[in-house]
Amino acid sequence: MLKYILKRLAFAVVALFIITAVIFSLMRLMPIEGYFPNFDKMTPEMIQNGLENLGLTDPLPVQLFRFYRDLFHGDLGTSWIYQPNVPVTEILARKIPVSLTLGCMAMVLSLVVGIPLGVVMSRYKGRLPDKLGTGFIVLLNAVPVVVYYLVIQMVGSRSLALPMLYSRSDPTSWILPILCLSLANIAEYAMWMRRYMVDQLNSDYVKLAMAKGVSRRDIMYHHVLRNAFVPIIQLLPTSFLNTIIGSIYVESLFSVPGMGGLLVDVIKRQDNAMVQALVLIFASVGILGLLLGDFFMTLADPRIKLGQERGGR
Amino acid sequence: MPQIGKRKLDKLATSLEEDLAKKAKGLTQAEIDALDPQLFTLADYDAAAAERTGYSNYSYWRSTLRIFWRNKVARLLIILLGLMLLFTFIQPFLPDQKDPTEIFYNEETGMPLSNKQPGEVEGFILGTNNLGQDLWSRTWYATRTSLFIGFVVALSECIIGITVGVLWGYVRRLDQFLTSAYNIVDNVPRTIILILISYILRPSMSTIILSMCLVGWLKMARYVRNQVVIIRDRDYNLASRCLGSSTPRIVYRNLLPYLVSIIMLRAALAVPTAITDEVFLTYIGLGLPVYTPSLGTLIIAGKALMTTPSLSYQLIIPCVALSFVTVCFYVIGNAFADAADPKNHVS
Repeated sequence: MLKYILKRLAFAVVALFIITAVIFSLMRLMPIEGYFPNFDKMTPEMIQNGLENLGLTDPLPVQLFRFYRDLFHGDLGTSWIYQPNVPVTEILARKIPVSLTLGCMAMVLSLVVGIPLGVVMSRYKGRLPDKLGTGFIVLLNAVPVVVYYLVIQMVGSRSLALPMLYSRSDPTSWILPILCLSLANIAEYAMWMRRYMVDQLNSDYVKLAMAKGVSRRDIMYHHVLRNAFVPIIQLLPTSFLNTIIGSIYVESLFSVPGMGGLLVDVIKRQDNAMVQALVLIFASVGILGLLLGDFFMTLADPRIKLGQERGGR
Repeated sequence: MPQIGKRKLDKLATSLEEDLAKKAKGLTQAEIDALDPQLFTLADYDAAAAERTGYSNYSYWRSTLRIFWRNKVARLLIILLGLMLLFTFIQPFLPDQKDPTEIFYNEETGMPLSNKQPGEVEGFILGTNNLGQDLWSRTWYATRTSLFIGFVVALSECIIGITVGVLWGYVRRLDQFLTSAYNIVDNVPRTIILILISYILRPSMSTIILSMCLVGWLKMARYVRNQVVIIRDRDYNLASRCLGSSTPRIVYRNLLPYLVSIIMLRAALAVPTAITDEVFLTYIGLGLPVYTPSLGTLIIAGKALMTTPSLSYQLIIPCVALSFVTVCFYVIGNAFADAADPKNHVS
């Protein structure tokens, strides 16, 4: 078990190395004029000096080595265009909590709504609640997110008179962004929950319990729900870590000063240090989420052993 | 628990009684005489009859279409989508259609006919935008652009995804390498790749198509690979190989039919994904330029006017078009994938 986790971690480190190296090289393909806002007025010497200051004239492996060396010292570099000469870690420390707070509230909301929705749908499988729920899930999956975000913003701000833009001091302005962020997850949780519940309800131990005369309620809450919840636990760390990344649409629509639009912003401004830091964070979020998900699943269900070939969902 | 209805119970009871009655009476002498005596003689060995094989008129595609057609919602949506596709492509050739990029002016005042409500001015069915362009023809032009992007991306996703997926699943030596490569690439969020490629290559129609093609085939390859691994080692494939089938024949005749369901689903979902990705890229400023009408550019233009309630029709119209296309493809794709699954053909 420990050996398996160490192996996974080693693989994660290698993967992160490769990903950052690729993104690092891709960033060096950026046009030179993007690095300087007033490129047209600069002389060739000034451009050369500027590039040397940024360390862009060295060979690529040297630059890459320097990046990894700083990384091991916990230094992600300094931003040079987005917020000149501010350490990247400082900018992130300001941005992450905003996305994290909204994201966590949205996650709580989607768990509170999504899981019971899935349970109710499986309880009344094939009947009206199931059909309504399925319609709701299909609608959320099929309609592009931007459309329902816009609808929520329009309806919320016009008919319900809720504040249209986010402000840190006014909790009522958080309602609409949280609603937007949670809808997709509600659909996802409800869908998986319903599927696992239906799988469990068809299993032999449920038939035995029914034959014994255990009440339907007891079967549902004491046996089926517990077993069906195990695979959901696997999804939770990824969902939680993803809240750090934020949503580009939601944050720009409601002008939330979070992580959402940051990546696009720094890519467009060619702030290499920021882009590398963000890519590193995003990739580690993905890898760590999967690892933690598997780990929590073994905690929740001791029958599952890590390290062996796992069956796909 | 099989549910037994009252009618079925009655039938069970009566049929039992009838059978018992038959057994008690037996056959009368006249009935026995009427039987053909040939039925009770030994048959000769007939080589032709022994070679005769059974024949089933089962056809994979006919069953698939039959099951698909049974789904009422999907049937309705595919008819509507077909009509919409047809209209999208014949719309510019219809009489009285306006140029989507032409700016119209009021003949008397010389002012641009901007922000006219749907039907406010004669000839402008969906009104005009803030520059004075005809929203009706712009919407159809935009749908055409977006559908074009969607179809090109879906096609390339099929070609690359299926090729890589089959190789990945079928060639054992590639499996280890491709799986670890996939595990690494899969950890980079697709938006990062999408944004980086579109930015480095400068935003344009061909760039965004290229960037979507580069990220899209991964999922398709993964699904195809998983399915191939499952059926690769089935006995009938071994038998087929022993009978001398070549590898391409095994792939085409034995493997691909099992993949139709998953491929159709991925391909049908690739179209709306590409269309919404175009909207996303345009939204963050890395998509199509403003002067090319696409659903993305129309929605962005409409979003800028969202604060004025009287002008929200400019946002709602492209949003409705976008949602209609994506919902259609989603529902049809899922219905077709269900119908294409051979397990659902037994009925």
